[in-house]
Amino acid sequence: MSVKTKHTSRAGMFARATGVVTVGVLGLASMVLPAQAADTIKVGVLHSLSGTMAISETTLKDTVLMLIDEQNKKGGVLGKKLEAVVVDPASNWPLFAEKARELIQKDKVAVTFGCWTSVSRKSVLPVFEELNGLLFYPVQYEGEESSKNVFYTGAAPNQQAIPAVDYLMKDLGVKRWVLAGTDYVYPRTTNKILEAYLKAKGVADADIMINYTPFGHSDWQSIVADIKKFGSTGKKTAVVSTINGDANVPFYKELGNQGVSAENIPVVAFSVGEEELSGIDTKPLVGHLAAWNYFMSVDSKANEKFIKDWHAYIKNPKRVTNDPMEAHYIGFNMWVKAVEKAGSTDTDKVEQAMIGLTFPNLTGGMAVMNKNHHLSKPVLIGEIQDNGQFAVVWETKGLVEGDAWSDFLPGSKDIIADWTAPIKCGNYNTKTKKCSGQNF
Amino acid sequence: MGFTTTRQRRFTLNHLFPHFRLTLIVCTLLALLSGHNALADDAPPVVHMPYADAIAALKDRSFDLKAQAVDALVQSGNPLALAALKALVDGDLYYTQDDERVVIAKDASGGVLMTDAESGAALGEAVKRDLKKIVINNTMRNQLRAAIARLSLASDNTDARLSAVLEILKDLTPEAVALLRTAREDEQNRRVREALDTALAIADVNADNKRARLAAIDELSASLYPEARNVLVPLAAKGADGEFVEPDAEIRKAVAGAIRIIDGKREFYSTVETVFFGLSLGSVLLLAAIGLAITFGVMGVINMAHGELIMLGAYTTYVVQLLMPHHIEWSLLVAVPAAFLVAGLVGIAIERGVIRFLYGRPLETLLATFGISLILQQTVRTIFSPLNRSVETPQWMSGSLEINSVLSLTYNRLYIVIFSLIVFFMLLAILKKTRLGLQVRAVAQNRAMARAMGVRTGWVDALTFGLGSGIAGVAGVALSQLTNVGPNLGQSYIIDSFMVVVFGGVGNLWGTLVGALSLGVVNKFLEPWAGAVLAKILVLVFIILFIQKKPRGLFPQKGRAVEH
Repeated sequence: MSVKTKHTSRAGMFARATGVVTVGVLGLASMVLPAQAADTIKVGVLHSLSGTMAISETTLKDTVLMLIDEQNKKGGVLGKKLEAVVVDPASNWPLFAEKARELIQKDKVAVTFGCWTSVSRKSVLPVFEELNGLLFYPVQYEGEESSKNVFYTGAAPNQQAIPAVDYLMKDLGVKRWVLAGTDYVYPRTTNKILEAYLKAKGVADADIMINYTPFGHSDWQSIVADIKKFGSTGKKTAVVSTINGDANVPFYKELGNQGVSAENIPVVAFSVGEEELSGIDTKPLVGHLAAWNYFMSVDSKANEKFIKDWHAYIKNPKRVTNDPMEAHYIGFNMWVKAVEKAGSTDTDKVEQAMIGLTFPNLTGGMAVMNKNHHLSKPVLIGEIQDNGQFAVVWETKGLVEGDAWSDFLPGSKDIIADWTAPIKCGNYNTKTKKCSGQNF
Repeated sequence: MGFTTTRQRRFTLNHLFPHFRLTLIVCTLLALLSGHNALADDAPPVVHMPYADAIAALKDRSFDLKAQAVDALVQSGNPLALAALKALVDGDLYYTQDDERVVIAKDASGGVLMTDAESGAALGEAVKRDLKKIVINNTMRNQLRAAIARLSLASDNTDARLSAVLEILKDLTPEAVALLRTAREDEQNRRVREALDTALAIADVNADNKRARLAAIDELSASLYPEARNVLVPLAAKGADGEFVEPDAEIRKAVAGAIRIIDGKREFYSTVETVFFGLSLGSVLLLAAIGLAITFGVMGVINMAHGELIMLGAYTTYVVQLLMPHHIEWSLLVAVPAAFLVAGLVGIAIERGVIRFLYGRPLETLLATFGISLILQQTVRTIFSPLNRSVETPQWMSGSLEINSVLSLTYNRLYIVIFSLIVFFMLLAILKKTRLGLQVRAVAQNRAMARAMGVRTGWVDALTFGLGSGIAGVAGVALSQLTNVGPNLGQSYIIDSFMVVVFGGVGNLWGTLVGALSLGVVNKFLEPWAGAVLAKILVLVFIILFIQKKPRGLFPQKGRAVEH
């Protein structure tokens, strides 16, 4: 018995010790949040700083903070300083909705920059619509959505997936297609669009292989072996990859080890950028492709300055820049312009002021915000180099307008989004002339 | 610049000719008539340039001009061309920033060793920063490989000859066949001869002479190269009009037989491959679980931080590689003992600091170790950032062992299967043959009795936990070669580890071995049939049902020790 009581008391001590630690950690967390100033415009930052998506999203949080910092040095907006409110939704999709509510209701932010995965965006959408907030979403996504309260600064499928497939078909003569993706909404919808598109181009069922894997999949042996077999029939084969997150690293490693080279079976990826490649040895991947609206390697004055500012801000000259960072850069600057044009941070006024605004891309040309809340941007295709960067091998002449509702899916063919009067609708059927009101 | 303009021209052409398909067919026919294949139509016409000009033209930004320069290099017949082309495809061709001289640069200690591509003269060392790389694209890479293949058919190196033949095999033009026929006459190596025979048979399948065709089909039936099957399949097929493409029934019969033989062999090798994949997945499970088999199986501690100990091992590999950047080949050999020590010491600290106060209370142990796992993750995140770290794969672990053209085993998996078995048998030997092992088993079976016999049970507990943790660290070294090294690495393996230990039978090392390997093989056989997501679910469901039926696992422990 005496032994047991001794144990309890020690356990008690332990429990108290953990309690103290927890309180300490919480205290620290609240100190990190910036102190509230009297008259500022608050900007919400809703990116995961922990969990699986932290890898990609932490960088975007830093990007927004850098942009706010720069804007404040220029004197802020409407004579007021900007103040960042950073929250951590921890890669937990329902928590995104709670944190969004907290930002709009409690912190009264004028605008929010955030989300990466489509599932997190879908989770916060009802909150932004209900409370009439404003969200800038910076990542390439599957389309089939246009909300009055969201501006989509990443690529829609017609600004990434479709041009990439066209490039493979016309320039590389690809006849057989593997559509490989992670098992969630973005890859599923994108692959549905691509499948419809390929079939419309006369590709037979037998020449399309579709494969889904869970998040963070690490054992790619049999899938890569299958791809190899699928590609050994003599017809030129390519893999269109919507594999997301860090599952890409073991995937590419396995491709290299099994001797699948870019010359035999090129892989074109929509979710692999400079940031993802910074975790891998890219020598075996040279020649595999990615389609984006921005590459760090693009030679332009604006891009050079952006990279220099980023390195100065993050105090690490080795950090890379990527496409979603450019999307935030364009989105943030357009928002500043819109607020100054509207003379207010009121959601409805800013939303109307946004439409038609232009801002220079980092890769050259002007991005335009369209009536459907999507941007017009150039599309670039790059090949992976052994230094982890991309060399641009193809680009569209001029800009491609983001299409909210894909023209290749039977359900959304006749649907458009137009947030200007008189339509003012995110889901307007051009045949029946009706607005369904269902924006996503 | 020239590159983008051609793109645009082609784009508009497609719009000008809506009957794109028809145009394509006409083009193909024209190309066939002129004795070239369809792709050749895309390539620019051969421009004759002197060798020096062609080398200089490689610096141009336009891929089209570079491609012309490559053609000119091949035509030049200059003995230095091969080295320049190889360097170009390997990414070793640069030009100097100051005098724009094209050089081949090979990595050397501290910088790169330069050779002039034009004269072949050694130019001494330089720093990479002063050089600008010559970038190529996939179309050029294909062109280069084909060109190099033709130039290296007469190479002294067997592997170079073999890959040259296989490269030519992809695109057999009449002149290539003539080249191969001459090469066949002097070829001594068996593997190269087989590849050459396949190539020549493919060329003969559509010859005029029936006897030659039958001989070729017979030859192809013994070949596993995918090209062999690809050339046979159309011969057995029916055309659009319902008639056989091949009018000769005897040939059709031979073709059908050959395809059957090839498919039978492929089926066999594909099964062998799946078994290997399964064993390799199983060996990863074994490595991850074997440490847990000690801490959970023998000691009965539910250690939720086990995955984080694996992660620490992986990060140790990363740090070791940072410390010895010029000896990556040896880094893993150093990392194994280092990871064992780091994870083992952390394990001992956890046992002495927390777990020893909680023996006999599984729920609290579970919560406390879960807390520790979060603390460890956050520590790593703070020290190394939340981003994944890149652990390099040594040369001897990349690539694959090619047994034949349909079966190749990747080296990294092969080594990990062997490594996991070595770790397993070493651990078994420690537990069965050493004094520590004897004491561990004694304490596990009857703590009070062991203490009465003079065993320092506290000390044994700490060492046992340290041993299990150290092995988790060693597993981390292996996993760093397969998956991402990041703060979340451990989480993905903790569930699998518990699953294997419980399935195999708690407290039984052999059970862990059999459990891990059989789960791996079952998973891999289900995967092609059910998909990766469903296969995993099915395995989990199977284990749940199995545990219902046999709660003590595959190999339950027997004897009195089980009772309490």
